[in-house]
Amino acid sequence: MSTVTTTEAKDLAPVSAESLAALLVAGQRPPRPSAFSASLTFGWRAILKIKHVPEQLFDVTAFPIMMVLMYTYLFGGALAGSPEKYIQFLLPGILVMSVVMITMYTGVSVNTDIEKGVFDRFRSLPIWRPSTMVGYLLGDALRYAIASVVMLTVGVVLGYRPDGGVVGVLAGIALLIVFSFAFSWIWTMFGLLLRTEKSVMGVSMMVIFPLTFLSNVFVDPRTMPGWLQAFVNNSPITHLSSAVRELMAGDWPVDEIAWSLGWAGLFVLIFGPITMRLYNRK
Amino acid sequence: MSQHTSGLAIETAGLVKTFGETRAVDGVDLAVPTGTVYGVLGPNGAGKTTTVKMLATLLRPDGGEAHVFGHDVVREADEVRGRVSLTGQYASVDEDLTGTENLVLLGRLLGHGKKAARERSGQLLEAFGLTDAAGKQVKHYSGGMRRRIDIAASILNTPELLFLDEPTTGLDPRSRNQVWDIVRAVVAQGTTVLLTTQYLDEADQLASRIAVIDHGRVIAEGTKGELKASVGAGTVHLRLRDAGQRPLAAEVLRRTLDAQVQPEPDPVALTARVGTAASDTAAEQAARALGELARAGVTVDNFSLGQPSLDEVFLVLTGHDTKDTQDTKDAKDQVTA
Repeated sequence: MSTVTTTEAKDLAPVSAESLAALLVAGQRPPRPSAFSASLTFGWRAILKIKHVPEQLFDVTAFPIMMVLMYTYLFGGALAGSPEKYIQFLLPGILVMSVVMITMYTGVSVNTDIEKGVFDRFRSLPIWRPSTMVGYLLGDALRYAIASVVMLTVGVVLGYRPDGGVVGVLAGIALLIVFSFAFSWIWTMFGLLLRTEKSVMGVSMMVIFPLTFLSNVFVDPRTMPGWLQAFVNNSPITHLSSAVRELMAGDWPVDEIAWSLGWAGLFVLIFGPITMRLYNRK
Repeated sequence: MSQHTSGLAIETAGLVKTFGETRAVDGVDLAVPTGTVYGVLGPNGAGKTTTVKMLATLLRPDGGEAHVFGHDVVREADEVRGRVSLTGQYASVDEDLTGTENLVLLGRLLGHGKKAARERSGQLLEAFGLTDAAGKQVKHYSGGMRRRIDIAASILNTPELLFLDEPTTGLDPRSRNQVWDIVRAVVAQGTTVLLTTQYLDEADQLASRIAVIDHGRVIAEGTKGELKASVGAGTVHLRLRDAGQRPLAAEVLRRTLDAQVQPEPDPVALTARVGTAASDTAAEQAARALGELARAGVTVDNFSLGQPSLDEVFLVLTGHDTKDTQDTKDAKDQVTA
C-alpha cells in the first residue's frame, strides 16, 4: 500500500527561466504517431500501471488457480470418474471461462480512469481516437497471457496432458486472446456508459455468469434439455471452448475457429463504434 | 501555418452549452488576440471550465460557433487539437505514473521517438526543478509540483495556444508565484494563453485583456485598465479607536475621496471605495485622506488599501454578490497607520 509522503514546495528547485525559454524555442514538431504506435504507447501505459500496482495481478494468478482446483476436484469424480480424467476435458474449457471472466475488469478500469483529469489531456491530443481504448485492451492481453500460462502450469501439475503439444497449446491460447480482445469492447462500452464502478461490476456479472456457465465448459451439452441445448450450442463461448479444446488436443477445428473469429469480429464491429461514440461524447 | 488573417487565436460567437436545465454557457462571445494572455475571470460555476472544454474540443457546443486560429472546434477538431494544449483544473497527468513516465508517454503520443521523448522529458524536468522527483509517482507530489509537471506536459510540444484552467487554485503563495513565472516565460516565446481564474489579482498580474463571466455570460470585457476603471481603483478599510468618531471619519472620507462610504457591522470599522475620476493614484488619494483624518482629530488604529476584490467587481458589474464567497479573495497591500 502507498504511504502518502508529500515533498514540500520549499524543497523544490526554482524553475529555470532560461532553460525553459530554450526548450520552448527548440520544440520542433514531430509528425503525428501512427494509429498503431499510439495504441502501443497506451498499451505501455497499461503495463506501467501493472508495474506500479502489482497487486492487480491477483485476478490473473490466484483466481485462475482457484478455478482449476475447485472445479477439477468438485466435479471430477462425479462427471468423469476421477479428477485426472476430468481435467483432460475441463482444462481448456475452464481456461476459456476464466480468461473471459477476467475481461470484465477492463470495464471497471475504464470507468475509474475516465473520470481522472488525464483523460482530458488524452482526448485533446491529435491522435487516432480509439488508441486509448485499444491500449487498455493490449495491456489486458498481457494479463490474459499470464492467466493462461498460470492455469496451464497448474493443469499440467494436476495431470493434464495436451496431445497437441506446444504448438496446439499456443494456438489455443492465441485464439483465446484474440477472442478476449474483441469481446472486451463490450466492457469498454459499459465502462463508459455506466456511472459508477459498482454498476459496471453488477452489469458485468449479469452478462458474464450466464454466458460462461451456459456453455460446454463443464459438461457435454447433449445431457441438457433441448431448449438449453439450442442456446448452449450457439453460444460464442461454446464455439470458443470447443475450438481451444480441439486445438490443444492436436486437431484443427476449422469450423469452430471460424465461428469464434466470426463472433470476435461481430463484437468489435458492434461494440467498437458504440464505445468510440461514448468516448467522444464523454 | 494557418491561413486565417484575423490575428485572433480564439474567436467565439454566441457559444452555448446546456446541461439539462442549466445553461452553463449562455452565449459567450470572445475575441482573443494572438500572443497574449487573456484572462477569463469569474466565480465557481460561472461557466469558465465549460467554455475552455469546448474550445479544447472536449465538449461539443450546443449552439454558437468557436474558432481556434481560424479552425472550427467541431468540424476541424483535429486541426485544433494539433495546436492547443490543456492544463485542467485537476492535474491532467496520470497519478499512478512517475514524472518521467508521464512525460515520455505524452512525448511518444505527440510523435517523438523513444530517444527524443526521453531527452525532452529530462530537459523539461530539469527546467521545472523536478529532476529529484522524476522517478516518483505523481500521486506523491505536492500541489506545486503537480502544477509544474502538468504545465511541463502541456509544453512538450510548444503549443500555439495553451489553456490554463485555474492554474493556481489551492496553491500556497510561493508556488503560485512560481506558476506565474512559468506562464510569463511561455508567453514570452509567442504562445497565446487563455487563463481562467477566480482571482482578480491573478488576472491583473498576467493578463492583458480580461473577460468577466457570470452565469455563462460575459458581463464585462476589456483591458485591465478599462475593467478597473469600471469598478473603482481600490477600497480603503479603516478601524478607528473610538466608535463615536465614525460619523466624523465618514464625513472626511466622503469629502476627500469623493467616494461612497459604508459603515461595517463592527462599530469601529468603515469601508470606502476610492474613485477613479481624480488623476492621482489610489495610494495618493488614500494618503491624502489619512492626512485629513489626522487633521480632523480622528484616531485611526488600522488602515489598509486593497484592490477591489472579486466580490466588489461583481457587485458593481452585476448588482449581485458572487455565489460562493469562500472562493473570493481580497488581495491587500497592508498600510498600517
